[in-house]
Amino acid sequence: MKRSLSSRHAASWIGATVTALCAIIGAAILILILGYVAFAGARALNPAFLTQLPVPVGETGGGVGNGIVGTLITVGIATLLALPMGLLGALFLALFGRGWFPEVVRFLSDVLSGIPSIAIGLFAYTLLVAPFRHFSALSASFAFAILMLPIILRTSEEAIRSVPRSIREGALALGLSEFATTMRIVVPAARPAIITGLLLAIARVTGETAPLLFTAFGSQFWELNPAQPMAQLPLQVFTYAISPYASWHAQAWAGALLLITAVLVLNILARLVLTPRTQR
Amino acid sequence: MAVSQPRGDAPRRSRSAAAGDRVFLFVVNAAVGLFVILVALLFLELVKGSWPSLHAFGPKFLWTSEWNPVTNQFGALPLIYGTLVSSLVAIVLAGVVGILAATYLAEFAPRWVARPLGFVIELLAAVPSVVFGLWGLFVLAPVVRTVIGPALQKYLGFLPIFQGPISGVGMLTAGLVLSFMILPTVTAISREVIVAIGGDLREASMSLGATKWETVARVVLPASRAGIFGALVLALGRALGETIATTMVIGNRPQIAASLFAPSYTLASVIANEFTEANGDVYISALIELGLLLFVVSFIVNAIARLLLWIVLRTRS
Amino acid sequence: MRKSLALLGAALFMTVAPVMAATQLTGAGSTFDYPFFSKAFFEYGKTHPDVQVNYQSIGSGGGIQQFTQRTVDFGATDVPMNAGEVKTASAGGGNVLQVPVALGGVSVVYNLPGMTSGLRLSPAVLADLFLGTISNWNDPRIAKLNPGKKLPSTPVVVVHRSDGSGTTYIFTDYLSSVSPEWKSKVGTGKSVTWPAQSAIGGKGSEGLAGQVSNNPGAIGYVEAAYAIQNKMSQADLQNAAGKFVAYAPSAVHAAAETRPDVTPESFSIVNAKCATCYPIAGYSWAVVYQNPQDKVKGKVLQQILEWLVGPDAQRIAGGLDYIPLPPSVGGAARKTLSQMHV
Repeated sequence: MKRSLSSRHAASWIGATVTALCAIIGAAILILILGYVAFAGARALNPAFLTQLPVPVGETGGGVGNGIVGTLITVGIATLLALPMGLLGALFLALFGRGWFPEVVRFLSDVLSGIPSIAIGLFAYTLLVAPFRHFSALSASFAFAILMLPIILRTSEEAIRSVPRSIREGALALGLSEFATTMRIVVPAARPAIITGLLLAIARVTGETAPLLFTAFGSQFWELNPAQPMAQLPLQVFTYAISPYASWHAQAWAGALLLITAVLVLNILARLVLTPRTQR
Repeated sequence: MAVSQPRGDAPRRSRSAAAGDRVFLFVVNAAVGLFVILVALLFLELVKGSWPSLHAFGPKFLWTSEWNPVTNQFGALPLIYGTLVSSLVAIVLAGVVGILAATYLAEFAPRWVARPLGFVIELLAAVPSVVFGLWGLFVLAPVVRTVIGPALQKYLGFLPIFQGPISGVGMLTAGLVLSFMILPTVTAISREVIVAIGGDLREASMSLGATKWETVARVVLPASRAGIFGALVLALGRALGETIATTMVIGNRPQIAASLFAPSYTLASVIANEFTEANGDVYISALIELGLLLFVVSFIVNAIARLLLWIVLRTRS
Repeated sequence: MRKSLALLGAALFMTVAPVMAATQLTGAGSTFDYPFFSKAFFEYGKTHPDVQVNYQSIGSGGGIQQFTQRTVDFGATDVPMNAGEVKTASAGGGNVLQVPVALGGVSVVYNLPGMTSGLRLSPAVLADLFLGTISNWNDPRIAKLNPGKKLPSTPVVVVHRSDGSGTTYIFTDYLSSVSPEWKSKVGTGKSVTWPAQSAIGGKGSEGLAGQVSNNPGAIGYVEAAYAIQNKMSQADLQNAAGKFVAYAPSAVHAAAETRPDVTPESFSIVNAKCATCYPIAGYSWAVVYQNPQDKVKGKVLQQILEWLVGPDAQRIAGGLDYIPLPPSVGGAARKTLSQMHV
């Protein structure tokens, strides 16, 4: 590898620039899309939009208040379902490493992530809606949880794995049980990366429409009971977006803007609150 | 501190600790067992739902090309093709850009740049797929039709994949939209993986005289291989199963064409398009069979990817 | 004495109480009906605050599926349930009643630079355009129908709905009735295989309209309400009487009047024969069980649907670019609804 120092430094500089460009491309795409959404939906965004029930075409005002509440409830329950299971599964994979069964579990998780959300929604329908003859937000949460699991599983395993062995071994040497070591030492050390995975998973399901069609069903009214059909913001966005009416189109874009903003706020809050200052 | 200090109450602590550990291990195993059961149940439900179609068409479902709801003749070959190619385009584009971007964020960017920039890229994951679809249709498709397509055809038109009429929608546009959708997954996860590589590895490399780039390219990235692979797998999964965004920009024409500009159709798009309006046992079960097929495609693609990784890790070590 | 009075009071209360509580009905199905239903049920709720109707547009097929599974109280579908579907539903919930509740036209929309209105198409030419036999707009057959108009030499791009749709059904029903070649090669359906080489599919009316506006030389079909609301170029079509008719509510009304006796088995009103008829239009249908399990809910449902097919509700429909049901059709619908055992 006989190259001059200056050409190697030049290569380093080029490398830095090219990778920076890629990062900028990624950011630019979001800004383009966000700009388009904001431009198309800004005129429909007002306090009434956030707090009122939907109204039909031609009526003034109206909003997606029930959809916002519904999405919060549904995604919240989904997180409560997916996070413990995902974390426990990740612990299993990290602790038991390279046996054949852990490999099977990892593989199944990867396969699961490739199944379209509409098929998962149908699965939730056959399990939780058809037998009871009743749509419910719970069945939607179930579908969402299945969608979130592969992401949480993968990222949490990676996070736990990357905690240096010395830390874990030190804790064990001091007499802590496996359980205590894991819960009080390893998991907190892996927390930032776990949170990244969780936020990614939440962002993923917040915008999904297809699984909601046969599970939460949607509603024009206020509903807080998860065992009932419930309005969902992505559903409303979708229904308005493909309708003929310009006023509904604007509401669709405004709703989409809300969704993206909500995830943004969640991201900021989670990073600020849950990440200790000493870590990135 | 005496090295041989006896740990007086160690036996008691370790007994309850051992019991606690047993419970802990049981819970962990139970969670994983539940997960496996869930996936198996999903597969079974898909098989159950596709039964009339499996019975009517058998294996020729996989290699016939006609998709005709009027005559109830269904074949999935062009759909499998469309799914694989569009996902391939997406993962190649997102993989390259995403890994490079993650490298920048993890290695080269100053912290005050890395945090917000990484944030912004991750936010792409929150954009609803219907928004991607509509944006793709109204903004990206015209750009492909008037700028990107003609440019590709002018300079690379000798390649069959860049020949033919350009209508703005088709495999290329769908691949582009998909790559945007999966970019945050690749970037965010790769970044976490790269960051997690121990500082001593980097320091060792630098102390041997390597430049920053050489450290990154020859030491850090190879060490992150497995984790980045995981990121790509998750991203690929998303691309394979994406329904709404794809269907708005892919042209929805079940055909196998060489050109990336030609309209195409994917397994997931067909389900999204036709399921809510389908009637009749054979039709509905054919659509569910497409879901089953996606399960199988995902299975095979993941198996191949794992094999590749195993080979790569083997030869390198 | 006191005990029997108490029992009487309790019995009276139990008969009255269900009526006092808010009744919640759920319906699912056609996206075509959605704007009309959302406005109509809203208006109904103003005068009947104790009734809440939750209607979601998950598609006609989805509506039939959910109705059959009895997860909703009524379904709405652009194509009435056929014999097989009725049989499956009846097995679970008893006799099924179907009534037309909305009427709308289908426009042929196009994108020809320099020509934003006035394009005339005959049935044969229209069929050949969608079959792919005519592949360029400078074809002499089109020019013959449009004397004096400058037609560009642009390839034809056929745009269709990629998702299953009642609009596709009505349009292909029309093409099948005017073109034997279409009937044998393609047929009628909510989803069909489109033979034209240039055909691309757009998801939803929005997707279709987007493709049409993106592609000069495009031709497609969409609900008339959509074309009007989004100011798309609509073609003048030649009806069965040989006259060229532009889309207009009165023209669709005339077409509906030629067949006042529509039934779920015979419901097509395309290619109607009268001088002012618009040739492509169709009804949308609501489906209910004749013997609903919950009699109280069933009664409320009957009242709502009877109102829905009446002149007041249909006037609301007219305001949203649907065509009000002809009085004869509305009357027949009411008669069918009165057969509900509630």
